[in-house]
Amino acid sequence: MTNASHEVAKGPHHVSGAAPSALSAHAIVKRFPGVLANDSVDFDVLPGEVHTLLGENGAGKSTLAAMLCGLYQPDSGYISRNGERIALSSPRAGLQHGIAMVHQHFRLVERFTVAENVILGSRDLSYRLNSSELENRVAAVADSYGLPIEPGATVGELSVGQRQRVEIVKALYQGAEILLLDEPTAVLVPAEVEKLFENVHAMTQAGKSIVFISHKLGEVVEISDRVTVLRNGRVTGHVSGRGTTDTKELARLMVGRDIELTTQRASHATGHEILQIRDLSLTVSGVNVLSDISFNVHAGEMVGIAGVAGNGQRELADTIAGLMSPTSGSIAISGSMTTDRGPIHARELGLAYVPEDRLGMGLVPSMSILDNLLLTRDRRIVVDRSTVRPEATRLIEQFEIKANGPDHLARKLSGGNAQKVLLARELSGGRTATKLLVVCSPTRGLDVGAIETVRALLDDARSAGQAILLISEDLDEVMSLSDRILVLYRGSVVHETPGVSAQLSTVGAAMAGLKSEGKS
Amino acid sequence: MNGNIWVLASADSVAIATTLVLAALGALFTERAGVLNLGIEGILLTAAISSFLAADSSGSIWLGLIVGSLVGALLAGIHAVLSVVLRANQIVAGLALVIFGTGLANFLGKPAEGKTVATIIKPLSFGPLSDIPLVGPIVFRQDPITYASIVIAILASLYLFRSRPGLELRATGDDPATVDAQGLSVASIRIRYTLFGGLLVGLGGSWLMLAQSAAWHQAATTNGIGWIALALVVFAGWRPMRLIFGAILFGFTLQLPFTLQAEQITFIPSALMQMLPYLATLIALIGLSRPSTRNKLGAPKALGIPFVRDER
Repeated sequence: MTNASHEVAKGPHHVSGAAPSALSAHAIVKRFPGVLANDSVDFDVLPGEVHTLLGENGAGKSTLAAMLCGLYQPDSGYISRNGERIALSSPRAGLQHGIAMVHQHFRLVERFTVAENVILGSRDLSYRLNSSELENRVAAVADSYGLPIEPGATVGELSVGQRQRVEIVKALYQGAEILLLDEPTAVLVPAEVEKLFENVHAMTQAGKSIVFISHKLGEVVEISDRVTVLRNGRVTGHVSGRGTTDTKELARLMVGRDIELTTQRASHATGHEILQIRDLSLTVSGVNVLSDISFNVHAGEMVGIAGVAGNGQRELADTIAGLMSPTSGSIAISGSMTTDRGPIHARELGLAYVPEDRLGMGLVPSMSILDNLLLTRDRRIVVDRSTVRPEATRLIEQFEIKANGPDHLARKLSGGNAQKVLLARELSGGRTATKLLVVCSPTRGLDVGAIETVRALLDDARSAGQAILLISEDLDEVMSLSDRILVLYRGSVVHETPGVSAQLSTVGAAMAGLKSEGKS
Repeated sequence: MNGNIWVLASADSVAIATTLVLAALGALFTERAGVLNLGIEGILLTAAISSFLAADSSGSIWLGLIVGSLVGALLAGIHAVLSVVLRANQIVAGLALVIFGTGLANFLGKPAEGKTVATIIKPLSFGPLSDIPLVGPIVFRQDPITYASIVIAILASLYLFRSRPGLELRATGDDPATVDAQGLSVASIRIRYTLFGGLLVGLGGSWLMLAQSAAWHQAATTNGIGWIALALVVFAGWRPMRLIFGAILFGFTLQLPFTLQAEQITFIPSALMQMLPYLATLIALIGLSRPSTRNKLGAPKALGIPFVRDER
């Protein structure tokens, strides 16, 4: 905190001698109630460079980025731009200094055209808007960076990758010199990731600086000129050099210990069919959400459903769980039909369901862990907590849930711990022992440590002979865990492959709706 | 069949439509910002009696219109504070406003019940144009506020779809988080348009009083026009130009029972006819309550949802 001002020009790290940092953070400290989110963090990015902030969820990288773009103000420490100390009181102030953030959740109005979205909030516009002139202006900016967009298209009809490009064009239109990309690949299919990386190159070629925020080691190594690793709000290491970076070392810096992310797939003898789906179709208000889906899941087998969000995954899970009735086709668990019988019937046959929306559908946020557990345990009229309390205590211990005991409220749990509670409840079985587990995006939003635990739990459940249907948008997860992979695209199974021999490119192409040719 | 009665009826439809257009435009601006104000009926009623009292005591119709409009904005201000600042449930706040407005109008209007205004807003005359058969009475024999309401609707359409603040307004109703990320204040935009909406509703109520009714009757002055205005916004798909035609259609239906009576057509019970606009309102509100229908109709996506900035 005693940085003399002449030091500023050099930046905290000696990377390329005299070139002043485009943007740097000096000894930033940021506290939230009960959390030290950033503890004396130094960071800088040079013109034309990709500098990655790597860390688990909750490591403080988003907090740092939020301060770099003016969303939050540091408690102490300061930020400088081209060697000059600046104060960023708001995102607008950040923009005035040429700093823009592309958020993980896009800030786009779906009903508006691309051009309208790009110009929204710009102050240099005249009162009257001429849409064709605006579209030309937006197209000109996009073209100058080689970013192909269609200014007249409605954003609601664009793919996720295209929307992200709109966000980037918007930032560039507003004069951004430094772009902060918050987990930009989280929502993209592999082909779109490649496209994004091309765009990033085009921008750095034009002298823009990119702050890339990620927790995915593989892509970080591919894209970054430098990497700064954060853990628990502190910088745990700087690594430089593209492609030469050691992922194991980065993972260690990130987590603080050695981890094994690729679960070893033990080969099991799979048992009899637990889940049988035949010609399942679902039409919701005239739209075919699922069409003619047939597959089985055996005891001791994990079947992964890969696909980009919104291709029918959620409906498939809800239909199996008995929450939706299929338009045609049948579902059977252990040979008994569950079609149109409702969720309780399915559960009585041994179904356990971990929905994507943990605190919305999975747990009741305002109830304690104990009461959430009771939901599947006890259906008598008078609630008797004393019988379930010992089990709750045991599960909290067994699943390493960070909570103050069974009475801890679900909404006060972190994402990872909420997921563990949900898994604990579903895996341990209610009134019927669990035979079939349907899990949706089980590790979304969790940090690396929790991901490791959750995946291990799923693996154990499989080894114990449970049939598991894993529905996830995280392709790496599906590929590393599943015995068999089905790709869902627009409600149909377009590709099926055994897990061991699955090719990332083939599965990725199927997810994007391409048969196998390399069209982008 | 007396043709003259039907011409008069059509002219009347245009006139009744004035209140509808103004009140519905008020609701439209409010809803485009993402605020659902169900209190339109209460605002109309209070604005009507306020304009009556102001016009009656000052002798100036124009002062009556101004006071009525300002009272409309004031009542909408209550809704803005409740739903934007305090983030209350907008349906509850709106219904409370109806009850409050009705009670307030009842209280203010007690001494005035049944009284008439000394002078009313008179239709303009365009000389020979106004005497053209059929077209004359319908198009060229309306009062200035009726013409103004059509101009306001056209301007509103240009403002919404062809101006920078209009773009920001639509964005606020659809996706306030995006507007917030641009450094614009969602709360300030919502409050401003809720107040402006109230102003238009107030103008509509005042006109209803000073040009249409002329006499104050608590129970009969607005007659549910506020609710119909809300339905009209839905049927018009939140577009001001469509609103004009919808208003004329509703206006025609509203006066139809009287015309049919004058024509001595009795095979349709007049009570049934009187019910029609309210039935349409009921259908519109049912449509509004279903998310999928809302989307199809073009409702602002964040309509009725208080905006809370997502902290981390």
